[in-house]
Amino acid sequence: MAEDYTLKIRRFDPESGEPAYWQEFKVGLEPERSVLDGILQARGDQDGSIGIRCSCQAAICGSCGVKINGRSRLACNTLIGEAAEDAERKFDGGAIVVEPMGNMPVLKDLIVDMDAVHWKKVQRVVPWLIPEGDPPAREYIVPAESMIDITQAMACIHCGACVSACLSLEVDQDFIGPAALAKAYRFVGDPRDGQTEERLKDLAEDPHGIYDCTHCFSCVEVCPKDVAPMDQIMRLRRRATGDYEIKDSNNGYGHEKAFVNIIEKYGTLHEAQLLPRSFGQGSMVRSQLDPNSLKQLTESLPTVVNGLKSGKVSPVKAIWHHKLPDQKNVRRIFKQIESKDERLELNLYIVGEDNE
Amino acid sequence: MARLRTTCHMPEHDVLIIGAGLAGQRAALAAAESGATVGIMSKVHPVRSHSNAAQGGINAALNPEDSWESHAFDTVKGSDYLGDQDAIEIMCKAAPQEILDLEHLGVTFHRNEEGKLGTRAFGGASAARTYYVADITGQAILHVLYEQLMKHDDIERYEEWFTTALVTDDDGHVAGVVARNIRDGAMELFSAKTVILASGGNGQVYNPTTNALICTGDGIAMAYRAGAPLMDMEMIQYHPTTLQGNGLLITEGARGEGAHLYNAQGERFMEKYAPNKMELASRDVVSRAEQTEINEGRGFPDGTVALDITVVPRKRIHEALREIVMVGRDFAGVDITKEPIRIKPGNHYVMGGVKTDVDGRTNVPGLYAAGEVACVSVHGGNRLGANSLLDTLIFGARSGRHAATHARGMTMPTASRASLAEEETLVKDIVGRAKTGRRVSEVKAELGATMDKYVAVFRDEQGLNSALEIVRRLKEEAKTVAIDDKGTVFNQDLLGAIELGFMLDNAETIVLGALERKESRGAQFRTDYPERNDEEWIKHINITLADGEPRISYSDVTMTQWEPQERTY
Repeated sequence: MAEDYTLKIRRFDPESGEPAYWQEFKVGLEPERSVLDGILQARGDQDGSIGIRCSCQAAICGSCGVKINGRSRLACNTLIGEAAEDAERKFDGGAIVVEPMGNMPVLKDLIVDMDAVHWKKVQRVVPWLIPEGDPPAREYIVPAESMIDITQAMACIHCGACVSACLSLEVDQDFIGPAALAKAYRFVGDPRDGQTEERLKDLAEDPHGIYDCTHCFSCVEVCPKDVAPMDQIMRLRRRATGDYEIKDSNNGYGHEKAFVNIIEKYGTLHEAQLLPRSFGQGSMVRSQLDPNSLKQLTESLPTVVNGLKSGKVSPVKAIWHHKLPDQKNVRRIFKQIESKDERLELNLYIVGEDNE
Repeated sequence: MARLRTTCHMPEHDVLIIGAGLAGQRAALAAAESGATVGIMSKVHPVRSHSNAAQGGINAALNPEDSWESHAFDTVKGSDYLGDQDAIEIMCKAAPQEILDLEHLGVTFHRNEEGKLGTRAFGGASAARTYYVADITGQAILHVLYEQLMKHDDIERYEEWFTTALVTDDDGHVAGVVARNIRDGAMELFSAKTVILASGGNGQVYNPTTNALICTGDGIAMAYRAGAPLMDMEMIQYHPTTLQGNGLLITEGARGEGAHLYNAQGERFMEKYAPNKMELASRDVVSRAEQTEINEGRGFPDGTVALDITVVPRKRIHEALREIVMVGRDFAGVDITKEPIRIKPGNHYVMGGVKTDVDGRTNVPGLYAAGEVACVSVHGGNRLGANSLLDTLIFGARSGRHAATHARGMTMPTASRASLAEEETLVKDIVGRAKTGRRVSEVKAELGATMDKYVAVFRDEQGLNSALEIVRRLKEEAKTVAIDDKGTVFNQDLLGAIELGFMLDNAETIVLGALERKESRGAQFRTDYPERNDEEWIKHINITLADGEPRISYSDVTMTQWEPQERTY
């Protein structure tokens, strides 16, 4: 049964000289059809000038990335009935709000300039396989899991939803960003690639590289293909620090070591130790002996002052920091993980058991 | 760094490729390797191309126990003996090396436990010879080829440029194209020594269809208007497993992994139609079986039958059919690991297209075609699953190489500015038209419904005549369709009106071919001529535009080593 829905679409005509504005369209569709179906109905019956890129209508071409009710997603795999319920909860009036994605310039209506942002960043990560030497006569022999593993990153359809939702990109437009870094992992994780260490060094040394991500999970939440870009960034970091011990000038290496060491010792984050340990590559002792660490610490004084002002750290907490009540269990987790020969990576393509 | 062109003046290329899916990108790489200056143009960004949608995999007889002859015979039999056997031999012989080349470029093909390339079973095949990346094989290959385009700085990319017409010189040799920059509306004349059409199929002529909105048969129509014959246009594949309503595709890989088909009475009905291959018979056979069950009242009330994937182990579903898990969840509200999903046959692929030889050459000098836009013919009356990706790559590469060689020996032909002026006038006419005609969406909807009603799995003369009458009326109405958008930036409304014209040319030739072929072969089943007639109909139907009217002629089917046999699965 078709039902009535109202779409509130952000319009922008670059030729008019006018600013962007909102326009409402009434459409009638079954609730299990998509928001894209709604937009196409409005375009077909009412106003052919509504601009939106779209093609496959099956969440594989990645064309129709937009924001629906404030969330970055594909219009084609968002059910219009659910979008209406979501709008009802979020806004007065209940119209489904559709607007162009963020972090990219708007060209017209719902169409953004992906070349200027997304594709430039993809190009930045040297996005092609660079094998060592000549290829074998037949295929490269590689573990079956390695191919399934990077297929998660290959599943990216370049829709831009993660780029749109990325909070780091909002403050640093030069951040390589979630999609391009997931693309980078596709090569770093590929056993056929011969430039793993060079790629990791490059991404670690870039001030807008892998250590520019703030773990906000936005990209993981919005990705329509379960690529989990942040997970791929964390894998790049683990490879850079754990496998290759790349000590970068951004101090990402030290910061990661500091975090891990603090959690192993206290079970919770000891804010006052984070900076010194970061500059001492994880160690409190080294941070106080190494002249370079001391210099960096001194330069970080404004951060320390801010921390004190906001109450994040206090002199008392700096000296005495409580441990998690069952810190023993935290240590046990550390021990168990460290006892493994290989690092286990969570991958959404490898779930369930054979006999299920 | 590869160059991405957004503006240009009188660009010239040895090889200009229209369409940037698998066939187009593969042609571009092959032509560049052969030393040609190459441009590749697409109305969408290349990774948005419809090659994305190929889920299940790509066929090749790469295992030592398998043979190219076996692959070729399966393809010939699948084609219902309408495929050209010389072309099929070329494709099947070249397949193993093509898979290895893709693997070396970085495609993340599935591996077996030994770390070697692993295969899955597919319909109509006598061996498991389908190589795959989960169920995103097309996407994975498309993205890896685009990685190579980003690497090659000698290939110029014209992304989001819409080709409106082919241009020929006074000698009838191709001389270039006229295209519109979608971003700013600029119309431009491109000079080229050769043009390769790689612009895909025409599924949008039907509704519903598994095809993307961009699959409007542009290349087929442009070649037809330039005088190239179209071949076997009546051969339209209905895929056995598409979702009711929106026509979304469920990969044949699901049945390859072991899924079963049931009617509403719980019978595994393929026992009646293909006792040996069951669900993995050729697509035309399975689609006809399903449609028969539905027509005879053994389907579900919504006109569907059930596909049961729950028999496949859950872990295997997640690693090999992940896309289908998502399609079920997002588009049908069904958890395919727990319950069957309702499906029906739906428009999927055109075996016919622009007639070419095995090097991609059409009858227009300098004009090539490769991939779904072309008809070589390797698919004949029915394409086997996982042969389409192979077709795009093998004949994309061959076209690219041949075009580069052809271009080497010639000077740049003269593309007349008059062609540009003509196209500009056409655009001005559409944009400036008074809003008295029907809307583009109305005409398109009537076309899609008409084709799905009369030119589907089962056809007869009366229905086809009705279809022809409607299509010809719609062609008249399309001349006056009105649009709302008068702008230059991303005027998609205007492009929709031009595409509508392309689609109607496609539809007319499909219906004419179906009327002409008075027998049942492959995807063409005439209820008024229900038998295959080898005496009269082992021949291709060609349709050429002459003096503004379609003219029908025939050409021979090339037979090398396989005589027609009765076709059972």
